[in-house]
Amino acid sequence: MSARIHPLASLIAAAARGISGVQVRWAGCRPENRQRIYFANHTSHLDFVVLWSALPAQVRAQTRPVAAKDYWEKGVKAYLAQRVFRAVLIRRGGTMREGGAEEALAQARAVIDQLADALGETSSLIFFPEGTRGAGEEIAPFRSGLYYLAKRRPEVELVPACLENLYRILPKGEFLPVPLSSMLTFGAPMRIGETEPKDLFLERARAAVRALRRKGQS
Amino acid sequence: MSTGWPSFRAIQAAAAGWGVVPKDPQLAWLFGGVLGVLILASVIGTVLKRTAGSDAARETIENLDARTRAWWKMCAIFALTLLIGRIGSLILFALMSLLALREYITLMPTRPADHRTLVWSFFFITPLQYYLIGIRWYGFFSIMIPAFAFLFIPTRIAMTGDTRHFLERAAKIQFGIMICLYCLSYAPALLMLTIPGFEGRDARLLFYLVLVAQMSDVLKYVWGKLLGRHKIVPQVSPNKTWEGFLGGVLTATALGAALWWVTPFTPLAAAGMAFVIALLGAAGGLVMSAIKRDAEVKDFGAMIEGHGGILDRIDSLCFAAPIFFHLVRYFFVP
Repeated sequence: MSARIHPLASLIAAAARGISGVQVRWAGCRPENRQRIYFANHTSHLDFVVLWSALPAQVRAQTRPVAAKDYWEKGVKAYLAQRVFRAVLIRRGGTMREGGAEEALAQARAVIDQLADALGETSSLIFFPEGTRGAGEEIAPFRSGLYYLAKRRPEVELVPACLENLYRILPKGEFLPVPLSSMLTFGAPMRIGETEPKDLFLERARAAVRALRRKGQS
Repeated sequence: MSTGWPSFRAIQAAAAGWGVVPKDPQLAWLFGGVLGVLILASVIGTVLKRTAGSDAARETIENLDARTRAWWKMCAIFALTLLIGRIGSLILFALMSLLALREYITLMPTRPADHRTLVWSFFFITPLQYYLIGIRWYGFFSIMIPAFAFLFIPTRIAMTGDTRHFLERAAKIQFGIMICLYCLSYAPALLMLTIPGFEGRDARLLFYLVLVAQMSDVLKYVWGKLLGRHKIVPQVSPNKTWEGFLGGVLTATALGAALWWVTPFTPLAAAGMAFVIALLGAAGGLVMSAIKRDAEVKDFGAMIEGHGGILDRIDSLCFAAPIFFHLVRYFFVP
């Protein structure tokens, strides 16, 4: 099954590429059309669009972003998220606010079910495991969603990606972008070890993203 | 018969109204000359590739070939915009300013609080500067950035309340705007000069400036490769040698003098102008190299194959344009 790309999605992707002047490098894998979970650091609203626009057209048609329901469920945002980019909207970390551990666990399970469903047989996902946008180069500790999803679907490739400089182009809380240059690097696919503990896996995934940084290396 | 489309004559008339350069046979000769040089460079590159012996030689020739290919594209774009006329040149140089500013600011450690200031710089100050050239408002064009933008930038940054490295941040943005925007905009500003007996042929002056500045870069590179021994400032750039500098400046001066017939200058004045352009081009290359060295990068970007970024290609032009403009204005505009 091949999904159609919304024309507005292509338009926004082209604009985002122009504004972000992104140089894309496939350092650890090829841009193949196979089932993958791309996970990256998160600093800007441009992150998803830039990452998505870097994929070849057929891959793009099969790749959906994962986004926070509380942020993307109203008005224009809802239209963009649901209709244009066919985002998978999930409830994020309600553990603090409501109910006990039981309820939180049930909710987390529901989210993983939802993501596994969205992956289906052919789809890929773009995932930002920090859960929210950071303010700079620092990558926050990963939330556990990536771990549980990897456990549920261990055959899907996990591809780390590192986005650089986008927090300077469109930082959190700003409406207008500054058209600086940015970089996007895809790393080597990783898989979860059969008995790998959660914390170790999440830290390994985070290190894999951080290792792709190009700044200060040239 | 009405087809709904504007007639050719109407388009022509509209084009004239928009400041399109009238037919100019001498400009055509210049284009022809550049085309000839490009073809020659491509032929030489192909021949050299066949005869290259060592790997090092092959690498140099590969880079030379990439540069030549990029030159073809750059010349095509420049020629096209020059033919479209004043509007075309203004749009081209405005885009170059934006791209150069992008490369420059990307390398500078600005802080999140500078975001709005940068938005103003890219989307207001830049279009305004080129708009002022478009409406030929010399008095405001020449002071908008050194006076107004200069004061606006630190004010806007101070308003954010983030005082960390305050002066450094303001100065870095100011410098970027001065070089990438203000200095560069003097090149298309040549089109607003009215030189007696030279009306409607301003495009040639722009062509002359760009040609001499760029050729002086090429000639410095060639002389440096052929004879380069004594480095000028090795701490800044190991590739800049006295031999390359002197050979480049002298041959560029000779080239500029030989092209006196397309300018309003006498042969001697043309030589002097070309000398100044080549000299300032070297200064631009040196200053921008120092910035790159400080930021620990080799090039400002990777936009142009074999050349690096756009700022790597136009650094000489940025330095030569304002001085050339003011020399022409002082000596040739009554």
